[in-house]
Amino acid sequence: MRQHKLALCKDHYLEWIPEQTARFIKKYEMFTPEEKILVAVSGGKDSLALWDILTRLGYQADGLYLGLGIDGGINYSHESQRLTEKFAYENNLKLHVLDIEKEYGQSIPVLSEISHRGHGRPCAVCGLAKRHEMNRIARELGYDVLATGHNLDDEAAVLFGNTLRWSAEHILRQGPVLPGADGLARKVKPLCRFYEREMTAYSILRGIEYIYEECPFAEGSQSIFYKEALNQLETARPGAKLIYYLGFLEARKSGNLFVEKNERHAQLHPCPKCGQPTSAPELCSFCRMIEKAVSEV
Amino acid sequence: MIAKMILRGREYEVKPGMALADALKKNNIVPESVIATRNGEMITDDEILRAGDVIQLIAVISGGNISCDSHL
Repeated sequence: MRQHKLALCKDHYLEWIPEQTARFIKKYEMFTPEEKILVAVSGGKDSLALWDILTRLGYQADGLYLGLGIDGGINYSHESQRLTEKFAYENNLKLHVLDIEKEYGQSIPVLSEISHRGHGRPCAVCGLAKRHEMNRIARELGYDVLATGHNLDDEAAVLFGNTLRWSAEHILRQGPVLPGADGLARKVKPLCRFYEREMTAYSILRGIEYIYEECPFAEGSQSIFYKEALNQLETARPGAKLIYYLGFLEARKSGNLFVEKNERHAQLHPCPKCGQPTSAPELCSFCRMIEKAVSEV
Repeated sequence: MIAKMILRGREYEVKPGMALADALKKNNIVPESVIATRNGEMITDDEILRAGDVIQLIAVISGGNISCDSHL
């Protein structure tokens, strides 16, 4: 790990990652041992590793898997679900499974087609549905906090994209913790300071079986393009990604980044259909998409 | 005899005696985007590749989980 000027053997590496995770949870005040955590698991390396780490650290962490109905010729969703259920079974963990098609009548790719969102890619609809359902389920099942497996590369890529657009609203919102509010579950990212490569190494060394195949719709995506660009930078300047992200967090914390208006929550109101907070004037984006999908079928 | 690197089913031939980091760069593979294993064991970038080595490269980048970042 050139960015840390640190080399560890397998056993010490498998100790170091959970120790550092515990440190980040405390540093960013993500949650306490008494709180109930819902981990969003996709069958990928990061989310399964997060679930593994939180369990090893003794937290009360249950899993949530959302069936998206993505096939892509490789049975992608089916295989992701199988690996997630296998992990839960082998580790005696509680897993909630929700299938979007069973719940709302259509899979994510079909919803995307019907709603004409995302310029031919289902990623926008997928993200919207995930945010909506993860928040709804976390609240309905009484969890204190929703944890996702975002790593530093995810965070740096989002920050890079937002910086290229100078999207101040999005930049100011980004961080290891998205505080809860009326109708909104607190969201945390305990892995946000680990490189994607570190999390892959953890999963391999720990023997976690994860879905290696990329989502069929992710190929050529902007996020992957940004990650590749940042990795070029990292190769030439070890530690560049870490400095970029931590520098941002420091600047944001100091208040010197932008003048924060903090008006966001004042503009939210409950969606008349699902009751979740939205800034849209009437139905939230998700319910509008479902209504349109239902009316067109 | 040459050494071989395999990434997502694609094979790259490498001259023995070269360090892994150099072999990756020579084949335009960004070292930060892969993890290398030999006989199931992870190896570091400064490892010297030997004749007959078969190095499996595991891609680390995924793009599927960064869209869950904001509220509705």
